[in-house]
Amino acid sequence: MQERLQDESYKSGKRVLLNGNQAVAEAVKIAEPDVIAAYPITPQTPVVEKLAEFVAEGVLNSEFVNVESEYSALSVVYGAALTGARVFTATSSHGLAYMYEMCWWVAGSRVPLVMALPTRSIGAPWNIHSDHSDVMILKDVGWIISMAENAQECFDLTLIGFPISEELNIPYSVSYDAFMVSHTAEVVEVRDVELPKRKQAYKILPNSEFALNAVTVNDARHKARKTLMKDLENSRRKIEKIGRCFLGEDFSLAEKYRVEDADYVIVTYGGWSGDFKDVVDEMRDEGVKIGLLKLRFLRPLPEEELKEISGDVLVVDRSALYKFGGMGGEIKRIIPEAKNVIAALGGYEIGYSEIKALVRRFVSGKIGEVEWYP
Amino acid sequence: MILPGNASCHGCPITIAMKTLDEIENPVVLMPASCSTVIAGIHPNSALKLTVVHVPFPSTPSVAAGMSRGYRKLGIKANVIAWMGDGAADISFTALKAIAERNEDVMVVIVDNEAFMNTGNQSSSSTPKYAKTTTDPAGKRENRRSVSLSLINYGYVATASVGYVKDLRRKMRKAGEKDGFRLLHVHCPCPPGWKFEAGLTVEIARLAVQSLFWILWEKDNKLRISEISKKAYENRIPAEKYIKLQGRFKGIKREEIEELEKFAVEEFERLLKLEEIL
Amino acid sequence: MLDPLISHPKVGSAGKTGEWRVFKPIVDHELCVLCLECSEYCPENVIEVRDDKIWIDYDYCKGCLICKNVCKMKAIKAEREFY
Repeated sequence: MQERLQDESYKSGKRVLLNGNQAVAEAVKIAEPDVIAAYPITPQTPVVEKLAEFVAEGVLNSEFVNVESEYSALSVVYGAALTGARVFTATSSHGLAYMYEMCWWVAGSRVPLVMALPTRSIGAPWNIHSDHSDVMILKDVGWIISMAENAQECFDLTLIGFPISEELNIPYSVSYDAFMVSHTAEVVEVRDVELPKRKQAYKILPNSEFALNAVTVNDARHKARKTLMKDLENSRRKIEKIGRCFLGEDFSLAEKYRVEDADYVIVTYGGWSGDFKDVVDEMRDEGVKIGLLKLRFLRPLPEEELKEISGDVLVVDRSALYKFGGMGGEIKRIIPEAKNVIAALGGYEIGYSEIKALVRRFVSGKIGEVEWYP
Repeated sequence: MILPGNASCHGCPITIAMKTLDEIENPVVLMPASCSTVIAGIHPNSALKLTVVHVPFPSTPSVAAGMSRGYRKLGIKANVIAWMGDGAADISFTALKAIAERNEDVMVVIVDNEAFMNTGNQSSSSTPKYAKTTTDPAGKRENRRSVSLSLINYGYVATASVGYVKDLRRKMRKAGEKDGFRLLHVHCPCPPGWKFEAGLTVEIARLAVQSLFWILWEKDNKLRISEISKKAYENRIPAEKYIKLQGRFKGIKREEIEELEKFAVEEFERLLKLEEIL
Repeated sequence: MLDPLISHPKVGSAGKTGEWRVFKPIVDHELCVLCLECSEYCPENVIEVRDDKIWIDYDYCKGCLICKNVCKMKAIKAEREFY
């Protein structure tokens, strides 16, 4: 590792050992939000603890608000964002459920803000471990939703979240698996970049003398929702442009891993994508033409990449909606023959050998339309 | 400033209170779901010549705190006012208490019409005992408790009434000039909800004070019961005079009126004792 | 993007609310001492002083008669209106 740490190609930034939560905090430090508000919940707590430390040490000049609930966390940053402040919050699981009303309100208000969402199961019964139940309730609210595979992506996707959200006037979330990513240390390149100053479609000032979000009748609400959803659908070019500007030319909404000539493609997102890539490598060595498409964004959905896939498709989800996994049902709209597995909810341990066995079953045509694993 | 031709009901107390917002410099007014939301105008029109932000019901104190933090950080002079009904004070109470605790630079105005009036008169914690609402058709069974009294330990807290606008204006101005957490709790008798003639709003509000059903007080550095209420204690009018004008108390028994009267007097006397120590 | 979210101040946001009126307040300027109680307590904000006299904007006055009831000089009377 020491050798890699000194690798010349990483000259642009410094390389440090960080877990996912710390990587998010480092990126937030660069964005330097004017106001941060958050309420502790496992596994998100270390993000806000780290940011509180930065503020206390004086290396981050932010108003840090210790609120009494997640509902208020999003309410506080919403209020601050209206004044023209750059803002950040973070939550997980039940915290997201508790702030749900405000999730809709900030999206409808077209207010830019960034929220970290280490993904955790939602009870009952109580469970603090990873699955993607929480991010799935945010999926169709009207937010941009990115999904990090590792600590580096936690840093990268948080960093670009600020200019992306501020360019599109749509709130932005960065999700990453509880513990597997949030608490697992890896070497992260803390990029030496400066972000542009905050911009936003409108601000609320004492002399504005207009009313925001008054009661609507007729077509106003319809128009507001339509504009938001269309802007979100059409946001990929702007996201790519900003991503490439800060993260390099190969940035994209989805990572294509050995899919060129593949007969079989696994669609994944989140922390276990790395395990699936290892299985792809091993099976390629055995002569199986298999590849993987990793969704780096769930919203906007990388439809172009999904449409390009040839061969049999397996979507692996870590959440259960009615009948399908979190993304399986909607990916079937694009790829009707796609199979879907709902796996390992509530942090159920699924190791490399089990993942390999699952992929082998897929390749041998033994997985039905939708399957639960286990 | 509230503009003529708005959607308020005949004899609305809330618009009387809204007029006193002209005592505030650089106001930014937040409104949760309430009668005020409707009065404030249906898109694309606003009935207030002010900056207004409509927000979800329980979020008001916290959005207000966020705005005030934002203005402070960006160096913008503003007076953030969380303008809510007694219903919003109920549903946002945890957040309300939290912004008081953190001494956020927010002025809270509770226009208290003693029920959820925007949805057609359902009981709130502010609804008095024996008053009939659509969710307590036989009359409420619990006494109301004052939200301002429960927050008396935080910042500048005062009660006022639309029956005494000069006193209301003075407290509004005073609260507006201060920093940190401020709370103004304004009694707002509601003609359709309480079932009295629209022209009697001010008279009913004054009778509430004269009968001690509403007490005017102010806690700045020290708690002081306002002179109007001290005089009312000395020359108290019978509760019946206040209650009998309101259809919501229709059918109330003599002993029930006496019970309410006793409750009102006791509350005043408790406040008198509190005045000695606070 | 913002049109559905933003509303601008307008007199008559709920229309010509004078049409809601059943009783019309009429000021007797002989009795009026311009104490402005009526103006202070008018919920519709339609009472002001013009040419040293109380003036009521009947386009928007809803006729609640609070002005009549708060007038210490009993200078305001109500007249029934028919539409």
